[in-house]
Amino acid sequence: MSAALNEAPNCPRRYPAKPTDVYLFGTCVLDLFDPEAGVSVVSLLEREGIRVHYPQDQTCCGQPAYTSGFPDQARAVAARQLPLFAGDWPIVVPSGSCGGMMRHHWPRLFADDPALLPLATSIAERVLELSEFLLHVVKPRWPRAGAAERVVLHTSCSARREMNTHLSARALLAQLPNLEVVLQDHEAECCGFGGAFSVKHPELSAAIASDKVDALEATAATRMVSADGGCLLNLNGTLQKRGSALRGEHLASFLWQRTQAPA
Amino acid sequence: MNAPTPIRFHANVRGVLANPVLRASFRGAMDFLMARRAAQFPAADAFEALRAQGEQIRQHSLARLPELLETLEANLQRNGIQVHWAETPLQACRLIIDLATRAGGDLVVKGKSMVSEEIELNHALEAAGIGALESDMGEYIVQLAGEKPSHIIMPAIHKTKEDIARLFADKVPGVDYTDSVDELIQIGRRVLRDKFRDTRVGLSGVNIAVAETGTLCLVENEGNGRMCTTVPDVHIAITGIEKVVARLEHVPPLLTLLTRSATGQAATTYFNWISGPRRAGELDGPREVHLVLLDNGRSGAYADIRLRATLQCIRCGACMNHCPVYARIGGHAYGTTYPGPIGQIVSPHMLGLEATQDLVTASSLCGACGEVCPVKIPIPDLLLQLRQQSQGNAAAPLLPGAGRGRKALQSISYQLFAWLYARPALYRLFSFVATRLRAFTPARQGVWTGSRAPLRPAARSLHERMKSRAGESCA
Ligand code: SF4
Repeated sequence: MSAALNEAPNCPRRYPAKPTDVYLFGTCVLDLFDPEAGVSVVSLLEREGIRVHYPQDQTCCGQPAYTSGFPDQARAVAARQLPLFAGDWPIVVPSGSCGGMMRHHWPRLFADDPALLPLATSIAERVLELSEFLLHVVKPRWPRAGAAERVVLHTSCSARREMNTHLSARALLAQLPNLEVVLQDHEAECCGFGGAFSVKHPELSAAIASDKVDALEATAATRMVSADGGCLLNLNGTLQKRGSALRGEHLASFLWQRTQAPA
Repeated sequence: MNAPTPIRFHANVRGVLANPVLRASFRGAMDFLMARRAAQFPAADAFEALRAQGEQIRQHSLARLPELLETLEANLQRNGIQVHWAETPLQACRLIIDLATRAGGDLVVKGKSMVSEEIELNHALEAAGIGALESDMGEYIVQLAGEKPSHIIMPAIHKTKEDIARLFADKVPGVDYTDSVDELIQIGRRVLRDKFRDTRVGLSGVNIAVAETGTLCLVENEGNGRMCTTVPDVHIAITGIEKVVARLEHVPPLLTLLTRSATGQAATTYFNWISGPRRAGELDGPREVHLVLLDNGRSGAYADIRLRATLQCIRCGACMNHCPVYARIGGHAYGTTYPGPIGQIVSPHMLGLEATQDLVTASSLCGACGEVCPVKIPIPDLLLQLRQQSQGNAAAPLLPGAGRGRKALQSISYQLFAWLYARPALYRLFSFVATRLRAFTPARQGVWTGSRAPLRPAARSLHERMKSRAGESCA
């Protein structure tokens, strides 16, 4: 269904030169449920000669509270993250939705706090979602081709509409030889997760997820790839429940596994 | 008109989701409308430029709303259009009933007007012994079925052609079952045209009101709107106070955004400029023209600068067509006059936040609505603000019913979340324990596992794995 597809070109965002050091904001979802993806980010970046700094005191961007109407609680959590990223390195975030929270909503959360606003603004400017960082800043050379495979890409709504990075993941995958990347029907539509939405409106969330999973399965891809841990929790959970063989993988894990040189 | 009890949204949703026919037909209809719109905006940058202009026009109009309304009133009066102000739906209904009674009408023929739905005019007229006949085909179908519109542009979009065929055969005297769309339209036309001739009062909505010229603009495709506004003796127009723009030159950009976004048309078949009653020497046109300007919560939205953008809306319906929630449940489940994303942000001003507490949460915040909105209303941001008010976490001014969406368990969860996630050492301990307990992951995790496998923590958290790599490169 091409009607719903937003093929708008990426915002002309100015990217920095390839840095020697970056911060990694690992996100709370990957921390608990898919740490392999976080480690893969580090492996990918280190292979390109970039030092990755992972502040051990990081927890969460505060989004769950923020989107549920609890800004004070979100602010309390976000405020603890700010000083951890006070240097001037770029901050790589392997998630469109956490990236969107940090880039767009942190400056709003601290708009009335003159002590923290400058840092929140500086962080907002330095946040880069993993796929845009790889595509536009790192420009990696993939050392290994990988076997022929067909994968389907799911792009999160935040990546698409807040970060404008829905095309960078696709462009990255297009660089890999032997890889066929297909798009699912209603590709631009939400997977139905929406954080607290999935709990407040479980029937709606399930109905949307079920249609998304139908569309993913119909592509006959062997794997689904996504740059967002939240969507992956929802979609993998739905796929597993219905007994499907299809599984989604984080973009970072997929890229690392596919391109690392044989041991 | 603050409805005190919450709309039974969850029950409504379960009802529709259980109906596969309805679901498939909504999905198909929304796909069709999305494709029509997309064909009208082939170039992303041209669309962006146009909608930036639309946004600016609407924002500037709202910034000067009180002044523009005064100018509008003065210029309408100069043109011979009588202006009436209604703060509540009840007042608006009374005004219209008075006008219709004075005109000696026992029937009002109506063009499409969502504001008349908002004030539930048909019921009020009926109670006063005055009939109402919807002349827009979609509205006519919905009225025959005794239902409400399920979409602001396509009121009967929830009906299949077979539904309509059965309805006509049932309810229209002398009609046999036919599911030919052309024949169905002809049947509807015939019934309606007969009525126009001898009805004394016509009612319509307004798409845009121009302050400097005192002109009312009305778009439509069927010609019934023109009949309603020109054939009867008395024409009553009704609209919300937000629909005003300053100058005539503001109309074309809004109009082109409206028709392209709504039905995917570069222009509608009819565009009516209403600038007054029949003048001396003119052969046709109504003898009286009235405009009822309705507030119904709009001045509250105007007064709260955080929510004012709600009033930028030009009622194109694109946000519904692109909404993953609306596409699955249609309009009736929302239980409000305006369904879908626009309904979720505007209804709290009309009904209060207590009634609409389950509507403001019924969005994954995917942003599709804000992306297509032709006047760039940041719908997800407005929903966030409404959620804060609903939870009692926002500063004044507050909507009626603010704080009523607060549930003890949820508030405690977020307090606990903030407490734990703002204490890094404690959080690491928590994640250490959670990962070590993965073997004991419960098979049932509340509503999550209703449609998904259980969430299971990894064997070791990213924090731990990064710590063991720390010797290599990490700070
Ligand atoms: S909110 Fe925007 S998209 Fe929705 S009906 Fe209003 S103008 Fe159209």
